[in-house]
Amino acid sequence: MSLAKSPWIIHVNCNSCNGCDIEVVACLTPLYDAERFGVLNIGTPKQADIMVVTGSVNYKNVNVLKNIYNQIPDPKVVLAVGACASTGGIFHDCYNVIGGVDQVIPVDAYVPGCCPKPEAILDGVVAALSILENKKKGNIKGKEVPLKGNEVPSNA
Amino acid sequence: MNEILKILLVLIGAPILGCLIAGLDRKITSRLQHRVGPPLLQPYYDVSKLLQKDNIVVNKYQNVYVVIYVIFVILSLLMLVFEADMLMIIFVYTIASVALIVGGMSTGSPYARIGSSREIMAILSYEPILVLYAVAIYMLTGTFKLSALDKTSTPLLMYIPLIFIAMLVVMNIKFKKSPFDYSTSHHAHQELVKGMFTEYSGPGMAGIEIGHFYEYVFLLSLMFVFWKVNIIMGLILAVISFLFVIIMDNITARVYWQWMVKTSWTVLLVISIVNIMYLYIFNIKIM
Repeated sequence: MSLAKSPWIIHVNCNSCNGCDIEVVACLTPLYDAERFGVLNIGTPKQADIMVVTGSVNYKNVNVLKNIYNQIPDPKVVLAVGACASTGGIFHDCYNVIGGVDQVIPVDAYVPGCCPKPEAILDGVVAALSILENKKKGNIKGKEVPLKGNEVPSNA
Repeated sequence: MNEILKILLVLIGAPILGCLIAGLDRKITSRLQHRVGPPLLQPYYDVSKLLQKDNIVVNKYQNVYVVIYVIFVILSLLMLVFEADMLMIIFVYTIASVALIVGGMSTGSPYARIGSSREIMAILSYEPILVLYAVAIYMLTGTFKLSALDKTSTPLLMYIPLIFIAMLVVMNIKFKKSPFDYSTSHHAHQELVKGMFTEYSGPGMAGIEIGHFYEYVFLLSLMFVFWKVNIIMGLILAVISFLFVIIMDNITARVYWQWMVKTSWTVLLVISIVNIMYLYIFNIKIM
């Protein structure tokens, strides 16, 4: 039986302005009803399949993000939701911002927009499902991300 | 030969039935919330997905408790099917619940610990009612054996209606549904992530889900016993209690765990004792 029928997501808010978070939560409301695809918003990373990240990464939360990523069992997929998570967005040249999520952990799918519509997020989740399937078939494991390496630069 | 067939039916049939019950639960819940909802076989998809995932454990004994839980739930269901000693069934079933608590405690995660200690409170709340249920069966028949209930055509419900009402609330506690979903639930992750099961992943979690399938059948069988003399009426009672649990889940919010202990140790315990007193004073027996 395929993995794609029961994707459980964990939602990580990385320094987001809350705009994308509201849209992610809107996907779970009766209007959009993500549960018809079997999507459950699960609290613990140990039972999650898809990591939905909103917001850009900064020096404060980078290790939290890496920790959560490392705790998700394989096969796993990372979905960057919103402009900030994809590239850093309008915060890209802030003194404390490292950039998009893909600067730190491998990202499989991007949902652009500021903020993206719930339909777009659902579309992203459904697109992530086939990637999840391929990862299972190819037995591709996510590499453990080392926690060191993104310290605050001395010239900042 | 007949008994081997029964064992096979329980081992294979019960999880299928439990899976459908869990699927129906999610389907009815979503319809009550005006949603389309997941497919009926969604719990099966969940379990098969969890079996394919990697297994991350905190310590090596974590998944042993899951195995103990599943074995003892199956054992208590088998004992119920073979109409064994009611008191013994309750004790065996308690071991299953305790295995999950110990498993949660062994991980050391604060969320799992909070969930486990809340589950202990849940056991504290429902166990007296279950024991009084067994005591009522003893007072009516002179033995704890469920097979003694076959001697009469009057259903058990006619003798112990108040204990039936108490058991309906116990079902709510045991199904881990609102307003008693303290220890773990799909909805409570804002406050305690996943409660007792926070540190389980992949196959370990799948084991817990399969154990839940057996447990659902076991719990509904406890309600079936109230009208055991007629299979159709017994099934109707089981379905009614299942629907009651789902509707209560959807119309109530989670309350403090103190509220659960207070309710069960005052209202539920008192109405159960009143029922037992009634049986004792009027010396009612099933002959």
